[in-house]
Amino acid sequence: MDAVYEWFRWLYDQHGINLVIFYEPYERERFVSGLMTTIYLSLACLFFSFIIGVVGAWLQGSRLRFTRQIVQGYIQFFRNTPPLIQLYFFYFALGVYTPSYDAGGWREPIIGSFGWAVISLSFFAGAFNVEIFRAGIEAVPSATIEAAESLGYSRLKTYIHVVLPLAFRVSLPALNNNLVNLVKTTTLAYAIAVPEMMYTANQIWSDNVNVPEMMVVLFLVYIVLVGLLVWGMHRWERAIRIPGYGA
Amino acid sequence: MSGTRPTTDLAVLTPAADRLARAVEAERSGGGFALRLRARHGVWLGIAFLLAAGAAEAQIGPLPDQGVFATLWRWIPFLLKGFTLNLIISFGAMAIGTALGAVLGLAQISLLPPVRVGSWIATQFFRNSPWLVLLFAIMLLFPYEIRIGDAIIPIPDWVKAVIGFSLPIMANISEVVRGAVQSIPSGQWESAESLAFSRRQTLWMIILPQCIKRMIPPWMNWYAILTMATPLASILGVEEAVNLTQQALVAEDSRTELLAPFYLFLLIIFFLYCYPIARLTQRLERRFTVKN
Repeated sequence: MDAVYEWFRWLYDQHGINLVIFYEPYERERFVSGLMTTIYLSLACLFFSFIIGVVGAWLQGSRLRFTRQIVQGYIQFFRNTPPLIQLYFFYFALGVYTPSYDAGGWREPIIGSFGWAVISLSFFAGAFNVEIFRAGIEAVPSATIEAAESLGYSRLKTYIHVVLPLAFRVSLPALNNNLVNLVKTTTLAYAIAVPEMMYTANQIWSDNVNVPEMMVVLFLVYIVLVGLLVWGMHRWERAIRIPGYGA
Repeated sequence: MSGTRPTTDLAVLTPAADRLARAVEAERSGGGFALRLRARHGVWLGIAFLLAAGAAEAQIGPLPDQGVFATLWRWIPFLLKGFTLNLIISFGAMAIGTALGAVLGLAQISLLPPVRVGSWIATQFFRNSPWLVLLFAIMLLFPYEIRIGDAIIPIPDWVKAVIGFSLPIMANISEVVRGAVQSIPSGQWESAESLAFSRRQTLWMIILPQCIKRMIPPWMNWYAILTMATPLASILGVEEAVNLTQQALVAEDSRTELLAPFYLFLLIIFFLYCYPIARLTQRLERRFTVKN
């Protein structure tokens, strides 16, 4: 590993290509922590937006008109307004009202910028997931649901054991598109000072004046992250495919 | 990348599955999600705004010139000035992005493998990079002035923002063009060939005229998405609506009760602008799909 680090130092000395994040331990740690924050942020948002999608799609099938309208309002609001302003709205407008605790001399709010980024981005992506799962659920034939009902399944159990597994397979390709979008949207967390990759890269090029090099690194890392996600989702899609079922 | 309409293997699935598959395909070739605004969303936003502002107003009590509505009223011209810049950025980025994207899209269906592969890579690169990173790249790597002969032309920040936004738009329009060309049945190509049209003639006189109609709805949808993305420029210090809102809030001593009404006001401006576009897109989409 040290040889690789030294090679990057040599690259800088000989050719002026300053990839400081490889040969300087401090900058390396800083960049890796940013990368990890981006990954955590993405995973947390993927997880919660997924939950929101499943629960929202279930609520949308509710018999109560009121519940359906609430879900519909939520979807339309988050779909049709700029995500950056949503993030600001959560962080600045709602963040003011969160209770804080005593963290040894200063007041620390219970939900920090990372937490608000997770909440805001999950709601943003969740709005799309609800619609995606909804369409998947509609794809399940009513005869299948009736069969489950006649076997004594309750509405919830039918949903969990019969409808969702089938709907999920239909929804996966659409979900894939949305999750790629979500990973790209995590850069917005920069705006509320979440120390994710964009943010740390900004610190690094401010200290080392190596904007072009860091830009290339940033692009490559995002492309690799998106590529990994797409690859993983495709693998998963193939793995859980029921032969003959699905588009 | 065969036809536009993936087929299901079995008839087990209801039409909804087919619909979803088609929506996915459209999203992939047309790019991005479709905005679907309705008038009642505006009403909801308005109600939320009035509630937030009213609650804040009630908290402050009767202070002349300090009320939420009075304060907001004072700042409206300032905020609208910022929003004009949002619109200018969106017009510029859309114009540049469309021009470049059309070229890139046609390059994607070129018969020359290097051109085809190169333009495909460029398209995928700019489609899959986060917008904010692209914006940063242009902002920081672009010179702040250009020297042509003796004349020094300064490039203000918002011009760089226009260029930064035009890149992802270019890539997505490229996909729209490619998708539209490929959605024309191959029989058209073959019959044109049998009538001795050259490839260029077929493309310009037969295929593209039909594509224009199909490209208009996704093109407008991309315009709406772009308009909603322009607030990103505020992160880089371009003085558009969001940036000016933050400045206005600071000038008002960052009074917390003003936050929610001001941001909701912003959302309403964006809504009022994007709503007619989204409606028109839906209308055109419906009209064009029926004829098909």
